[in-house]
Amino acid sequence: MIRESFLTRRGRAAIAALAASALILASCGSDDADDGSGDPEGSVAIGNPPVPPTASSSPDGERSVTLVAYDSFPEADTSLNDALTQFTDETGIDVELLIAGDTGTMLAKASLTAGNPEGDVMWGIDNTFLSRAINDEIFEPYVASGIELVPEESAMLAPNGEATPVDFGDVCLNYDIAWFADQGIDPPTTLQDLTRPAYKDLLVVQNPATSSPGLAFLLATIDEFGPEGWQEYWMSLNENGAEIVESWSQAYYERFSWAGGGPKPLVVSYGSSPPAEVIFADPPRDDSPTGVIESTCFRQVEFAGVLRGTDAPDEARQLIDFLIDDRFQSQLALNLFVYPANVETELPQEFLDFAVVPAEPRTLDPAEIDANRSSWIDEWTELVIG
Amino acid sequence: MNRLPSRQPTWLIVALAIVPVIGLGVFFLWPFATLLSTAITGEAITNTLSRRSTWDIAWFTLWQATVSTLGTIIIGLTPAYVFARYNFRGREPLVGLLTAIFVLPTVVMGAAFLALLPTSLDRTVWAVIGAHIVFNLAVVIRVVGTMWEHLPTDMEAAAATLGANRWRVFTDVSLPLIRPAVAAAAVIVFLFTFTSFGVIRVLGATGTRTIEVEIWRRTTQLGEIGDAAVLALLQLGVLALVVLWSTLAQRRHSRALGLEPLARRRAPRSPGERHFVGIVVGCTTVIASFPLIALAVRSFSTPSGWSTNAWTNLGQTEIRPGIRIGIDPVDALGNSLRIAVWATLIAVVVGGVAALAIAAAGRSGRLLDTGLMLPLGASAVTIGFGMLITFDAAPFDWRASWWLVPVGHALIAVPFVVRTALGPLRSVDPSMVDAAATLGATPARAWREVIVPYLWRPLAVGTALAAAISLGEFGATSFLSRSGGETLPIAIEQLLGRTGSALQAQGYVLATMLAITTVILVAIVDRLQEPRRTKADRS
Repeated sequence: MIRESFLTRRGRAAIAALAASALILASCGSDDADDGSGDPEGSVAIGNPPVPPTASSSPDGERSVTLVAYDSFPEADTSLNDALTQFTDETGIDVELLIAGDTGTMLAKASLTAGNPEGDVMWGIDNTFLSRAINDEIFEPYVASGIELVPEESAMLAPNGEATPVDFGDVCLNYDIAWFADQGIDPPTTLQDLTRPAYKDLLVVQNPATSSPGLAFLLATIDEFGPEGWQEYWMSLNENGAEIVESWSQAYYERFSWAGGGPKPLVVSYGSSPPAEVIFADPPRDDSPTGVIESTCFRQVEFAGVLRGTDAPDEARQLIDFLIDDRFQSQLALNLFVYPANVETELPQEFLDFAVVPAEPRTLDPAEIDANRSSWIDEWTELVIG
Repeated sequence: MNRLPSRQPTWLIVALAIVPVIGLGVFFLWPFATLLSTAITGEAITNTLSRRSTWDIAWFTLWQATVSTLGTIIIGLTPAYVFARYNFRGREPLVGLLTAIFVLPTVVMGAAFLALLPTSLDRTVWAVIGAHIVFNLAVVIRVVGTMWEHLPTDMEAAAATLGANRWRVFTDVSLPLIRPAVAAAAVIVFLFTFTSFGVIRVLGATGTRTIEVEIWRRTTQLGEIGDAAVLALLQLGVLALVVLWSTLAQRRHSRALGLEPLARRRAPRSPGERHFVGIVVGCTTVIASFPLIALAVRSFSTPSGWSTNAWTNLGQTEIRPGIRIGIDPVDALGNSLRIAVWATLIAVVVGGVAALAIAAAGRSGRLLDTGLMLPLGASAVTIGFGMLITFDAAPFDWRASWWLVPVGHALIAVPFVVRTALGPLRSVDPSMVDAAATLGATPARAWREVIVPYLWRPLAVGTALAAAISLGEFGATSFLSRSGGETLPIAIEQLLGRTGSALQAQGYVLATMLAITTVILVAIVDRLQEPRRTKADRS
């Protein structure tokens, strides 16, 4: 079997343990959906059993698994979908895609339906939401075979194997290269620079209360200036004319000088925005009009996990294994504009040329984010919007 | 006159009411109640009610909705009159245009509106109110106009003969007669502006929130579904009171008018009339077409100048060799049309029988009437999430069924069908039913022969509205889980939310296509339902 070839050593070693836990899961998971599969400690599954149990097959003998994803996941037609078809060809398991809304909506739904999920595998919970997902017990622990190809610091964010890191990206300050060249000034290089008179009235950021890149940028400043220092920084940003808008689209397409013809040459966007500007340019171009200010980047790691209460646990695990396999990972960059989690997966040329992967991206502990998100946002709102 | 015709046999009323009652119960009340009972905790209630921002938000929501509604009615009455009473070239397309901007997704229309605003008005509450007025003009023109065009003109003519000027004729004769329709239109506009989301997000000052925006934020950004549910209940409670008040007011004011089944529209005659009609039509055209022109313009603009690429490349989803965007516009249009057909079918059948039942049932009809309006006041989050946690176990395991989307659209469209149909139905002179009975007809037959014919024209108007609403619906759809293809508004939102000038232009191409499709659809249906006129009528 082809699948055997990418079962790792760790996976093979665990097969015996797995067969047992799969049986337990299959027997208690399918009947009592509300109860899911019990305590996380006892049922951590590792790797995949080579022979699929039949308990999870649907009545007509077709095996299928439902992948719940956020709304920027392509529904059909792309090389990412082709990769899923490849999974189906190899395993005989159909993958049905269910689009659940943006990440926040998707998680809110999953929390409401924890134990009796809409699908079997969820794609795309990021580290700013991960703690909530784990606390709400939406996932069933499973350690994917192939996990050793994922950077350990990412995998450790879900210490009990609740979810598997599948990709990462950064929220970074972008700048309009031509604008700065025309003005003959250098773009800022640090967060602190943004408070200097030279960069007065040049920045547009999103409201962290209503926009996830806005929140990531706030988190970046909290990482830089600490839980007691960011307030002062934002006061200076405010005094230096930082504009706050409600959403990424508004910031990027209306206020940013490059894309929207707006007045602001500095905008909070993504580390992968420059390659997207090249790939989706109209008319075509071969250099990026925008650049990334590396020191401002906040790392977002996205996770996939088996949904607790799934009626196809085995298929779900096989799919998780595939999601971090190179065949799927290699298609992520150009379709979702994120970086593959698998360290062996190579980046496409456009990314190598135009994307910046910061060596030391900013990050905060997911538990800290979850515990303080509400109060930080409230405090920020009070301070900045008033 | 308080006692309206309620001589229909009880079995008939029950038979008519059963489908709308069950539909409303299963697809709205049950999910809403399930969500509330699952999500609301004592802590969520105390937290939400003790938070100062809750009351700031509630106050803002209330006053902006009130001002928007008053503004819409005041500004909308003049064109409603002109559209009801005069024939002029381009009448149908213009109604189509107005309807299109009413039903198009506000997130998209807001962006178009923004492009037209002077910078000084950008992101102010005036921009929000202005957009609310422009986007909701169609409600006044359609709902009030449908009633107005059937009013017999003789009373107005008599008043004019007696020396009343135009304004006196309006305030003393026309306004009291059309008051039920004005109240109906006002309630719809109020519901839409009270629950405003897209316009606030796009045009409001940063941090501006309506209750609807706050529900969305609590749910999706903060994961505080309990607090969101409390807010949803608060929002629905306020709106239920408003709707109930208006249904009472409508009944109090509606009277038998001897409405004319054929609209009596004519071309403007005197120079003064021509001038008046010309100015009103001209202004309305400008107001209605500018946002759509702005959409179209954006589909041609790229950061490096004008380009028709987005149009010529339409349907070609491969942007670069091997790179596809994963959003197929043609598929999305097909999906939207398919869903619109189902949603319209459901809405027209359910709304039609509901209107008949409400008109026939008297007092208890108010309850159904109010109930059917509730989904308009319910947060999109609660519709989507409620269905999600209600239909999650056999035999009601319907999650992600394809038909939940058209059902969700129908929930929102039914009240429009009912609103348009009720006015004319209620105004049928009861003595005609009596006359039929005197001539030997059974009550059911008298009802069928006298009252039911008044349903068809407003039902046709309702059909166009329902289809258009479904085509443009964004909120509820975005909270339902979907498989098997996106609708056009969702595809547009996806394209506009991604980096890359090609995607941006494509998004506006799709938005323009959605607008054009809606205009054509509404114009066709309006034309179909125009009764065939004789030459004499047209003169």
